[in-house]
Amino acid sequence: MNRVRAFAACAIIGLSLAIILPGCDNSPQASAATSPGSGSSPTNSVPNPTAGTTTPTDASANSPATETSADEYVVGHYASMTGSEATFGKSTDDGIKLAIEEINAAGGVKGKKFRLITYDDQGKGQEAATAVTRLITRDKVVAVLGEVASSRSIAGGQVAQQNGVPMITPSSTNASVTEIGDMISRVCFIDPFQGFVCAKFVRDNLKLSTAATLYDRTQAYSAGLNDDFKKAFTELGGKIVTEQAYAGGDADFSAQLTNIRDKNPDVIFIPGYYTEAGNIAMQVRKLGLKSVLIGGDGWDSAKLAEIGGQAIEGAYYSNHYSDEEQRPAVQDFVKKYKEKYGAVPDGLAALGYDAMRLLADAMTRAKSTSGKDLAEAINSTKDFAGVTGVITIDAERNARKPAVILKMQGGRPRYAATIQPK
Amino acid sequence: MTKFLQTLMDGISIGSLYALIALGYTMVYGILRFINFAHSDIFVLGAWLSFSVALCAGWTASGAPLLFPTWLWTVLIVVSVLGPLLYVVERTALPALRSSLGPRVPHALAGGFVVTAAVWAWVLVGLVFLARATTASASFRPLTGVVILVIAMGGCGLAGYLIERLAYKPLRAAPRLNVLITAIGISLFLQNSGQLKFLFGTQPQKMPELMENKPLAVVAGVAINRVDVIGAGTAVALMFALEWLVFHTRLGRAMQAVSYNTRVASLMGIDVDRVISFTFVLGSALAAAAGFLFVMKLPGALRQPADTGWVLLGLKAFVAAVVGGIGNIRGAMLGGLFIGLLEYFGVAYLRPELRDVYVFVLLIIVLLVRPSGLLGKATVEKV
Repeated sequence: MNRVRAFAACAIIGLSLAIILPGCDNSPQASAATSPGSGSSPTNSVPNPTAGTTTPTDASANSPATETSADEYVVGHYASMTGSEATFGKSTDDGIKLAIEEINAAGGVKGKKFRLITYDDQGKGQEAATAVTRLITRDKVVAVLGEVASSRSIAGGQVAQQNGVPMITPSSTNASVTEIGDMISRVCFIDPFQGFVCAKFVRDNLKLSTAATLYDRTQAYSAGLNDDFKKAFTELGGKIVTEQAYAGGDADFSAQLTNIRDKNPDVIFIPGYYTEAGNIAMQVRKLGLKSVLIGGDGWDSAKLAEIGGQAIEGAYYSNHYSDEEQRPAVQDFVKKYKEKYGAVPDGLAALGYDAMRLLADAMTRAKSTSGKDLAEAINSTKDFAGVTGVITIDAERNARKPAVILKMQGGRPRYAATIQPK
Repeated sequence: MTKFLQTLMDGISIGSLYALIALGYTMVYGILRFINFAHSDIFVLGAWLSFSVALCAGWTASGAPLLFPTWLWTVLIVVSVLGPLLYVVERTALPALRSSLGPRVPHALAGGFVVTAAVWAWVLVGLVFLARATTASASFRPLTGVVILVIAMGGCGLAGYLIERLAYKPLRAAPRLNVLITAIGISLFLQNSGQLKFLFGTQPQKMPELMENKPLAVVAGVAINRVDVIGAGTAVALMFALEWLVFHTRLGRAMQAVSYNTRVASLMGIDVDRVISFTFVLGSALAAAAGFLFVMKLPGALRQPADTGWVLLGLKAFVAAVVGGIGNIRGAMLGGLFIGLLEYFGVAYLRPELRDVYVFVLLIIVLLVRPSGLLGKATVEKV
């Protein structure tokens, strides 16, 4: 009798859940469904088999990752495919895949084609280190691409450096990422420049003079960019009226914003990632604050407008490129990306695309595919024509490029200004 | 002064939600003497259920309401036809067969339960449609909120009931440590299964906004938000309802009796299993309400189910239960408010990035100075 009851209870809850949940198929969640949620986290042993399998001859891509056949190069990518920064990983991965598809269609490098293995680090530093270890020791990749978030690039980069495998980070801007060692390089600008860009835009274009900052103490990117902005803003004659911090994972910022409201600054600088930025924007308006919101490239996601809604309208952020730039390289890339994925590429997709193409370019120049030779070839890249600008890797293994400022208007970022390197 | 009042209001607003969650911890502890670590995941389930129902009810910022998939209708209709049919067969044909053929004829008793399931299902469908109907007109939106709250509370109550029945009840006689470990297992199971693609997925979502994101009034420089007022009001109303239920009804008295001494209570004719089930349903429903109010207050904070931010919220509610005196219902309410105020005043007046530190330092102090909590009675544990 009890068993029957338990069964009936199961039936009831199953039914009620079945009613409530699947009706939401067309919801914004549907976008999550397209991400490879097949659990390719480092702890479970299924690599993402769909990546880089676009040419018909490349059927071997579905074979286990451990078999590195002689006629292909395996490239590893670790990214946050799930979690609060999920669009970072997804966009970058799509950009890399598009690049691989093109390179393979053109015959590959030295007669060999590329195959991509992507692992999800779930947005956790520890998982990032595990993912890179696994890419290097088990999958024997020639090079590693990733991450977006600087803290995770630092975690993964240390592993790559120890193992002597080159790593290119597409979009980690914290200065200390490439300071790990000669194996680590990047195709984007760094935060001291980004902080300067934001400060200059506020001072010269918006002509505003007081700023408050609200940053994430637990993210290297956020804390570093906060310092860089403060320094640049003060040098340009602005005044930082208050500086507030939070810890990643916080959802309620009302206490920090109350402190900021007391000082009534012209702008609030928020060097966080998009989920928190959207959240903060909403709470800023809820408190009745009218300050202009400014952020960095961590805001770059379609989710920003979805979460921030009306509150994020009129906010500015610095980025690596804008899809509205009229340069032929940009328009060509936007067209190809739209054809393949049906969406406008964000800056992270463009940087993923550039990083992969730069890697392929370096491989044509490298003496061999050993880690040392390949790193040397990457580090000596000069005037590489990328979507996000002309890339020259400098002595600190960073790229020097202009930055753009985007303005949120009508639910999407619009091009506002370009700021050149000092 | 403005800052003080604003912080006070924010602290009360979040504290009342901690209190709602803490009640579930404290009630279960009061009766079964173990910490139900899966409770914070019920809170998460409540938040995500609210989101799902809101979407099903067409309560999005833009776009048409979502429709139920056709297979669901098919299942519903099959179940609601099959149920009564089985029931009728059991009532009419089977007893006759059984008397002539002996006990080999199987029971179709499940028919009755299928009917129950079908009724439940239709009630839920009806509620969702009511929600959808009220969404169309802006003036009825509060009603939509109530419907979502009811469905979330019902769904989580059911989940709580099932967890108790399937996971904890078989361990009633086992050592307490086994139950504790099981609770952690259930917690992990809920977190990770919630991330399945066809459930809630792995990305954070934004709860559609019930009310305009604007201060209702600004009094003495303090922004008073409609959402906060309604949220705190609902929480307080639910706490009053619980207070009445526990201290002024037969069932509540039975709960108190079981909490005082389970064996004697069962000797006095109290159905202990039922009281325990009821406690779980009640606690889970309150957690679901907290989940709903939380995502109403912070629509952008609907993180993926396994996000550590949720665990932290659950832990703070647990601290609230301990600070108030675990096992004591009024203590949990007081503890929740206390934790909320402590956290927000700490963030506003001391260092903001240490918000979790204040709460856990308080836990340590309470455990050192007054281990039984603010309102708890000191008991002597026989070793």
